[in-house]
Amino acid sequence: MLSYLIRRILTLIPLFFGITLISFVVIHLAPGSPIDVLADLNPKMTAEAKQRLISYYGLDKPLHERYFQWLRRFVALDFGVSFSPDRRPVMDKIKETLPITIFIELLSFLLILVIAVPIGAYSASHPYSPFDKSLTLFVYVGFSMPTFWLALLALIFFSVQLEWLPISGLRSLDYARLSFPGKIWDITSHLVLPVLLSAFSGLAGLSRYMRGSMLEVMRQEYITAARSKGLSEREVVYKHALRNALLPVVTILGLSVPSLIGGSVIFEQIFAIPGMGRLFYTGVMSRDYPLVMGILTIGALLTLLGNLLADISYALVDPRIRTGGKG
Amino acid sequence: MRDRDRDLRQRFLRSQNLPLVFFSLSLSLSLALGGCGGSKKAETKDPKGQASAAGHQPTYGDTVVEGSIGEATNLIPMLASDSASHEISGLIFNGLVKYDKDVKLVGDLAESWEVSQGGLQITFKLRRGVTWQDGRPFTVKDVLFGFQTITNPNTPTAYAEDFRQVKKAEAIDDYTFRVTYEKPFAPALTSWGNLVVLPKHLLEGKDVAKSELGRRPVGTGPYRFREWISRDRVILEANPNYFEGRPYLDRYVVRVIPDLATMFLELKAGGVDLMGLTPIQYKRQTDDRFFREDYRKYRYLANAYTYLGYNLLEPKFKDKRVRQALSYAIDKEEIIKVVLLGLGVPATGPYKPGLWFYNPDVKKYPFDPDRALALLKEAGWEDRDGDGILDKDGEPFEFTVVTNEGNPVRQRTAVVIQERLKKIGIRMKIRVIEWSAFINEFIDKKDFEATILGWTTGFEPDQYDIWHSSKTGKKELNFISFKNSEVDELLEKGRRTFDQEKRKAIYFRLQEILAEEQPYTFLYVPEALPIVHSRVYGIEPSALGISYNFYRWYVPQGLQRYDRLALAP
Repeated sequence: MLSYLIRRILTLIPLFFGITLISFVVIHLAPGSPIDVLADLNPKMTAEAKQRLISYYGLDKPLHERYFQWLRRFVALDFGVSFSPDRRPVMDKIKETLPITIFIELLSFLLILVIAVPIGAYSASHPYSPFDKSLTLFVYVGFSMPTFWLALLALIFFSVQLEWLPISGLRSLDYARLSFPGKIWDITSHLVLPVLLSAFSGLAGLSRYMRGSMLEVMRQEYITAARSKGLSEREVVYKHALRNALLPVVTILGLSVPSLIGGSVIFEQIFAIPGMGRLFYTGVMSRDYPLVMGILTIGALLTLLGNLLADISYALVDPRIRTGGKG
Repeated sequence: MRDRDRDLRQRFLRSQNLPLVFFSLSLSLSLALGGCGGSKKAETKDPKGQASAAGHQPTYGDTVVEGSIGEATNLIPMLASDSASHEISGLIFNGLVKYDKDVKLVGDLAESWEVSQGGLQITFKLRRGVTWQDGRPFTVKDVLFGFQTITNPNTPTAYAEDFRQVKKAEAIDDYTFRVTYEKPFAPALTSWGNLVVLPKHLLEGKDVAKSELGRRPVGTGPYRFREWISRDRVILEANPNYFEGRPYLDRYVVRVIPDLATMFLELKAGGVDLMGLTPIQYKRQTDDRFFREDYRKYRYLANAYTYLGYNLLEPKFKDKRVRQALSYAIDKEEIIKVVLLGLGVPATGPYKPGLWFYNPDVKKYPFDPDRALALLKEAGWEDRDGDGILDKDGEPFEFTVVTNEGNPVRQRTAVVIQERLKKIGIRMKIRVIEWSAFINEFIDKKDFEATILGWTTGFEPDQYDIWHSSKTGKKELNFISFKNSEVDELLEKGRRTFDQEKRKAIYFRLQEILAEEQPYTFLYVPEALPIVHSRVYGIEPSALGISYNFYRWYVPQGLQRYDRLALAP
């Protein structure tokens, strides 16, 4: 097991640096550069002034040199300084936004789980019943509805008409003066709509997957065996089938861990949430190379880590994997 | 996206992730005196707009919350190039000079100034008794330091150019500052706006670009910095020691709301007091009782215009008659009606109507397709093969217009023009390209036939970089390759002349030539459409817009919505 683990980790290292290299090259291949915002069609920018900016940001050095420079800093756990005029460390910007995004994504993720699993299981145990069909319709409506439009409708109804919920942002203007429970309530009320809506649009995938996996399990012989033992349908479905059907679903969950940090640009735009999705989006638009690299690297690390964990857990349950298929 | 108006003379209106940016309200009092201004036609539709006449006494207190689609990047004015940053830093920093209500240059941190030696030398007398917001006195050292910083090659600023024309800058005494120019440079005076003065005692020996002052600025202006929550909001509070008197409003908050529809809902729910409306919002969504009672709308011409520019290296556009014909074939009124819902005026040249250098009597191009066809025929373009498309030497009249992604107004303009040209037998294709690729691959390389773009304009008529024949190189701004020796001469003379009457004559002539030559079809000047909560009084719309006197705005007692702030002097 230990040698398997070491082998796996060793293969991850070149993979990781490969990812950073490709990311680095690709973002530099995109037309434009960080000085465009200052320089494009600006009558005050002479060629000389432009050249000064280019060397200020180190953009005059060859690409490979810049990559190694980035790498050297990265090894010292330094993502460098953002190219945006605020010149703040990339790490600070990520630290500000990452917790917000992870928190929101985690909440909606849990909500999806709590709703999608029962929906999927129920649909599978009553396939093609009117209830199954209406649930299918429901989740697909959520899946196909343009989220920005739905979000605006929800805002108009709950926030403007009923005045139950705040519209945008994470905190009210008087947040600093609120009591501790007041603060918690303030943030919660700001989160209700974004979390509910992103869960609604994400229900379809998982519930369909759950239904499929459940139908698969229901065809297995041990289910027939369980039924022939005289167990009630309820026990068959929820005790025997559900647990086994959940296994592949858990794999899916593991794979979607990296998306936790990506966040949703659309939701963060509409609800003005200061999260990672918006940070990344503006970074890409302004060709803020250090920032984009920082976020991509963290994403790559998380993805690789997620895969590693999945592999380890497979290896734990399946001896054939850890001995390299020889067993 | 970003678009953003801060430049003194003209600057490109780019709006990639910031659609409709020229409708966004700019609070910058004067960024090097650029700011976002308006024509004298500035008006309010609501009779209540004559706010101060309503019999209220100015009172201290309350907060005004503005919505902004973009977040500020750096609050040191010379380092930022986005209007979100300049709106905020404009309230914190002062310049030596500023524009007053009537777009006349007046002293700001300078009490007075004197131009001598035929315009080669300017001597500023500085205001005494002004303090930085941390209590240290403001002196000539801060001006000199700011000048040295902006001209330092290691300062990443887009605004160094005007200051590099200065041969010598010197402190005569603690309150006298003198600059000497290489050559007379008429736009010089206006460049001493709020880009350049920095607190020396806080920045000396530090790298200004990495200074924490960019996030926690200390200025001399009416508002001082209080808090910045990244990607969420910036909060300023009144500076009780402001040299023109403590501002009435206690707090000014800018909330970052990247989505315009969400921002509008915030306005409806009272979460935002002030925002720039889109034409649709202005015309169709704010016309009910609620908005009439709770808000006041303003409209004034923005400092910008949109044009259809022809690449004059293209054989078919070399002929003046063809360009004139296209101008006759395009119905500007229709574009304004359809695309801007009537909230704009036809452009006749590169300046905004109402300013002293705007020439109203140039050749106009009213919609006249017959005239267009006659001119085209004269130039050899006729439908000889009967396919409905004009042709010459067997070539059909076709061309492609390029414009940038993310600006729906420009794209719709292109469609309206396409339809009009089709009717007279010209096939125009539209290509919309992502901003960076658009600039790098098409405009900079002059690899286009025609383009729809916009310029921001200012209160200074010098447009040397856009029209002078020496600026037709790659990556330069005369990318349509317009060359006219009289225009060159006028542009050079205009830069060297200080007398306003003489300058006026020069730029009037410039506009006549441009109107005759039609290197661009000048399309329209859009209107800025700010809306402000009606509890706010003291707004006096002028050619500069509404925000130039923000520090005189107030909310009468009883109408105040937010608690008073305890301000330490």
